[in-house]
Amino acid sequence: MDDQLYTITVFTENQVGLLNQISIIFTRRCLNIESMTVSACSIHGVHKFTITCRSNRTMMEHVVKQIERRIDVLRAFLHTDDELVYQEVALYKVPTNRLLQEGHLEGIIRRNGARVLEITDEYTIFEKTGHKSETERLFEELKEFGIRQFVRSGRVAVTKNKTEFVDLFLKEQQARKQRVESKSE
Amino acid sequence: MSEKITGAEALIRALIDEGVDTVFGYPGGSIMPVYDKLYDYTDRLHHHLARHEQGAIHAAQGYARASHRTGVVIATSGPGATNLVTGISDAMMDSTPLVVITGQVATGFLGKDAFQETDVIGVTLPITKWAVQIRRPEDVAPAVARAFYIASSGRPGPVVLDFAKDAQTSLTDYCFEPCKFIRSYDPDPIIDEAKVAEAASLINSAQRPMILSGHGVMLSHAEKELVELAEKAHIPVACTMLGLSSIPTAHPLYKGMLGMHGNIGPNVNTNRADLIVAVGMRFDDRVTGDVKKYAPNAKIVHIDIDASEFDKTVRTDTHIHGDAKKVLLALIPQVNPAIRHEWAASFDRHNAAERELVIKREIEPDSPTGPMLMGEVVSKVSEAFGHKAITVTDVGQNQMFGVRYSGFTETDSCITSGGLGTMGFGLPAAIGAKIGAPKRQVVLYVGDGGLQMTLQELGMIMEYNVGVKIVLLNNNFLGNVRQWQYLFFNGRYSATPMLNPDFVAVAAAYGIKGEDVADRTELAGAISRMAAHDGAYLLNVNIDPTDMVFPMTPGGAGVDEILLNEKDHYIPKD
Repeated sequence: MDDQLYTITVFTENQVGLLNQISIIFTRRCLNIESMTVSACSIHGVHKFTITCRSNRTMMEHVVKQIERRIDVLRAFLHTDDELVYQEVALYKVPTNRLLQEGHLEGIIRRNGARVLEITDEYTIFEKTGHKSETERLFEELKEFGIRQFVRSGRVAVTKNKTEFVDLFLKEQQARKQRVESKSE
Repeated sequence: MSEKITGAEALIRALIDEGVDTVFGYPGGSIMPVYDKLYDYTDRLHHHLARHEQGAIHAAQGYARASHRTGVVIATSGPGATNLVTGISDAMMDSTPLVVITGQVATGFLGKDAFQETDVIGVTLPITKWAVQIRRPEDVAPAVARAFYIASSGRPGPVVLDFAKDAQTSLTDYCFEPCKFIRSYDPDPIIDEAKVAEAASLINSAQRPMILSGHGVMLSHAEKELVELAEKAHIPVACTMLGLSSIPTAHPLYKGMLGMHGNIGPNVNTNRADLIVAVGMRFDDRVTGDVKKYAPNAKIVHIDIDASEFDKTVRTDTHIHGDAKKVLLALIPQVNPAIRHEWAASFDRHNAAERELVIKREIEPDSPTGPMLMGEVVSKVSEAFGHKAITVTDVGQNQMFGVRYSGFTETDSCITSGGLGTMGFGLPAAIGAKIGAPKRQVVLYVGDGGLQMTLQELGMIMEYNVGVKIVLLNNNFLGNVRQWQYLFFNGRYSATPMLNPDFVAVAAAYGIKGEDVADRTELAGAISRMAAHDGAYLLNVNIDPTDMVFPMTPGGAGVDEILLNEKDHYIPKD
């Protein structure tokens, strides 16, 4: 099949239980969510879910429609990577003594564009922001020093469009509200 | 400044302000403050006490479908709420507007495994259109308004309001305002004119079009427009099971029911049509059979209010998102008058063959005596009520015979559990239907298995004097499973024979009149006694257990691969 990684962005009202409402749509179809990030978006009172999932286009389009069908969901969109600018952040905890013994530290930081967040006698914490392939490359390089802890965030993404996709939708809804109100007067 | 009232009273007043006068329910600990307030409003809000919460919700479903109003159910927390789950799921599948109110433990006990605490929102989220917990009394009126708006608009469905006990007892100001707008939810989308024009041009250029009429036609009151479109462009109409009665069965363009046990004409012609216009239906697998073999020659126009139905199982060529009535009103003027006698007649030829090869042996059996066949019983009962009764069915063979052999002259006349296929739906749904449409006759077709799943609701008939006619098609078997065991499991009748009670005596214990119909010679007399009786009646009809539902498209077959009996396939003559 044409399985690939898709990013679904969902704009919702700020309501309790939305995470559950959205995630069960994936669960029911046995779809494994690769990552999910929830935050406020640029529009006041609107929350944005960024979900990545590996599947085929037909399935993903179906899932997006099912998500959009939920009452408190404003809009949901399906994206491929080329339509997005996206990032992930990863943290790596490595023993300091091994790093100092080997003496590759500067090269690693330069090559990967990584940052050091904290150094103690015992451990050093690196931070790397980038695509998954980039955070994975640093992981490979640090492996020889013995990584004690590793964590990577879910994807955050913005589209290459000028504004949030949901702007137009909200304007349309404002107009619809006026129509509904004028009808009932 | 108005006087403060409790959250429980706010609920009762909000229901009344929503125009509710009938509710179904069952009290219990966590909903007692609501029931206490209900006691003060019995003149305006008629509560029907079921004998089990499942009975209450199926009754509310029957009420909603017969009356075109939103059904209301009240139950307590924990087991009260979980007993509603089957009905909620059924209402979700069959787009039935319900507002379900469950009691919940006080907010301080939430999440602590308190007595009779269940995470009702968590349990019902996947099977509701919307579900919310009410934790403060001031939220009651807005939540009720929102619940009714969501349940009844767009594609209707069930809404759950989970009402914490402390919110029921604490005080609030009351101010009711109906909900008319939710910005994240548009139940009446603007119709895309370009798509309507595209659909019209597909219709105008089609040689062999057919219309599939679903439940949505009745939900949007589009029956008249459907017939107008069909007549203007001379397009044969077939109904899904839930779409039955959206067009009178005697209409010359009505060509039968679709699907697994549907009529041969529409099923065979689905695969010969060059255009399918589907209105308010969702291409359920019971309708399509194997989708890979479905309508290979047809372009498909899909009209629905729920955008998530488009391209879900069947790829469409054009879909129009909107209310069926509004879409049809926009479409009709753009459709050219046409005459397609040969195409329309081809349905009739297949249906005549079905009459000869299947129906005749059911309604005109060879022997004048002996146990009866389900088809003959249903067709005689339907005739006795002038095909004007509301047909309610349970699930199984009784359902297939009930819907296949009933005639329909009026809309909203077929109430059955389609999507979920809930045994036990029939009796309480029939009770609710009669309460929702008291002037109409309500006939229930039910098997001996399904009747016993919700048998306790005979108590509602007794208490509220509900005049439903119960036609018990009793073969002492779980007949539909038996049929599959006979056809596909080498006749191994595992757990399908049933030792049954004396049903007429059971009915009599509830003060319901009834009679056994043991032999074919007694049938006509018994039916006319039932029809003439003012009030509830139970006919316990002795059914030949070898009677099976045909025609049949076995699972996984295409819609035109039709069994006429256990061995012969239908072979069209043309």
